[in-house]
Amino acid sequence: MGSKPRLTGYRRANGTMGIRNHVVILPLDDLSNAAAEAVAKIIPGTLALPHAYGRLQFGEDLDLTFRTLIGTGKNPNVAAVVVIGIEPKWTQRVAEGIQKTGKPVAMFSIEGRGDLTVIAEAARVAAQFLQDASEIFREPAEIGDLMMSIKCGESDTTSGLGSCPTTSEAVDHWVAAGGTVLFGETSELTGGEHLIAERCIDDACRNLFQRTYDNYMSVIESTGANLMGSQPTQGNIAGGLTTIEEKALGNIAKTGTVPVIGVLKPAEEPDPKKPGLYFMDSSSAAAECITLMAAAGAVIHLFPTGQGNVIGNPIEPVLKLTANPKTAASMREHVDLDVSGLLRFEYSLKEAGDQMMDVITRCINGRLSAAEALGHREFTFTKLYISA
Amino acid sequence: MAVTPPQFLLHHDGDSVAVAVEDLQPGTLKGASVKQGTWHTAVLNQPVPLGHKFALRDHAEGDPIIKYGIQVGIAFAPIKTGEHIHVHNMRSYRWEASRA
Repeated sequence: MGSKPRLTGYRRANGTMGIRNHVVILPLDDLSNAAAEAVAKIIPGTLALPHAYGRLQFGEDLDLTFRTLIGTGKNPNVAAVVVIGIEPKWTQRVAEGIQKTGKPVAMFSIEGRGDLTVIAEAARVAAQFLQDASEIFREPAEIGDLMMSIKCGESDTTSGLGSCPTTSEAVDHWVAAGGTVLFGETSELTGGEHLIAERCIDDACRNLFQRTYDNYMSVIESTGANLMGSQPTQGNIAGGLTTIEEKALGNIAKTGTVPVIGVLKPAEEPDPKKPGLYFMDSSSAAAECITLMAAAGAVIHLFPTGQGNVIGNPIEPVLKLTANPKTAASMREHVDLDVSGLLRFEYSLKEAGDQMMDVITRCINGRLSAAEALGHREFTFTKLYISA
Repeated sequence: MAVTPPQFLLHHDGDSVAVAVEDLQPGTLKGASVKQGTWHTAVLNQPVPLGHKFALRDHAEGDPIIKYGIQVGIAFAPIKTGEHIHVHNMRSYRWEASRA
């Protein structure tokens, strides 16, 4: 794909590299959202990440919430974190998890002190973190330093014809250059799961993939529900997709041609010593899936859309591409790359891939994605089952 | 490159359905396969909006519907060549309960 573009990023204490430099105010639980949002209001430039969970969860579901919180704080796009929780023990667990990266972390708990005292103290620390982060400068980066994630949404038949194959070009380029890419959407492989299984690098990987897929599907199928309208979604159906199998083959068309080298639990970090393409067990709902991928360390996301999903993420820039000419025109402010010309044979897939790499390069170097400019910051946890 | 834009695309030669890449009216249409790059002619019987599918051959009830060279569903009613295919005549073969 032509000459090597110049990439820049922010090097963190543990050697990882990000493309944004956020100071995050992270609530441990729903009760702490108000204090976290107050701090971010007092110290503009910091970023509060309110969410709905963190209380009375247990077992694997609680583990996933911790992994999501800690992983979000560890993400290389985050320079420093202020954690605020209702009580000190779990707050400390999250703060210590993030601290392993060596980045600045502070923690505050509200019980016995009240919101106003905590807000005042946390705001002082947040201001200091923000000033310190402003002196971290961009350095030269390599593709191998920057983890990418991919997930499509409100897909239609143009996704499988244009935007997903374009994403696929970028995935192959990324992995060939020593980078890591995450894909997921477990249920949305249905009808094409054998294609992913065939691409698993060895039997251990293939068996784990098959087990992960079968477990997820047994939960869905055990409900006996008619999934029409949920999977495919009403938007998918409006766009011409009829069945899960048809949707899955379009979805898989974005995953490149490289082998699948590992299978991750939701929000699990891939082995930094083994770059390549990983499958992450996840929902196909955009906000949940990207939140999990950002928590695993992904710093830039490619999002092919057909009918026009508007998803963003607070810490991981989301780039959108579409091959649907109607969406490209009617939802222009959401679209980072229009590849509808592929459907009219105006340029080749390789040329569309080059355009994609150019958009990716500019976003890495600081150009805001459409979702960032529009303030899309969907931060949504995956809940595995009821709370106690 | 001055190429006439296709009116429909199919993924593989041999697929039983094609996708309208513009809003189509009944008539004789020109399209192409993405994988092989072969040009095809098809006759459409009814209007089909951009992104929706139509049959490239007759399907009997129970016949597989092929796209990407792979089965992506099943015809639950007879479908004639040139007819619009969607949730009214095609369903998943994997999720039995999932139909419109």
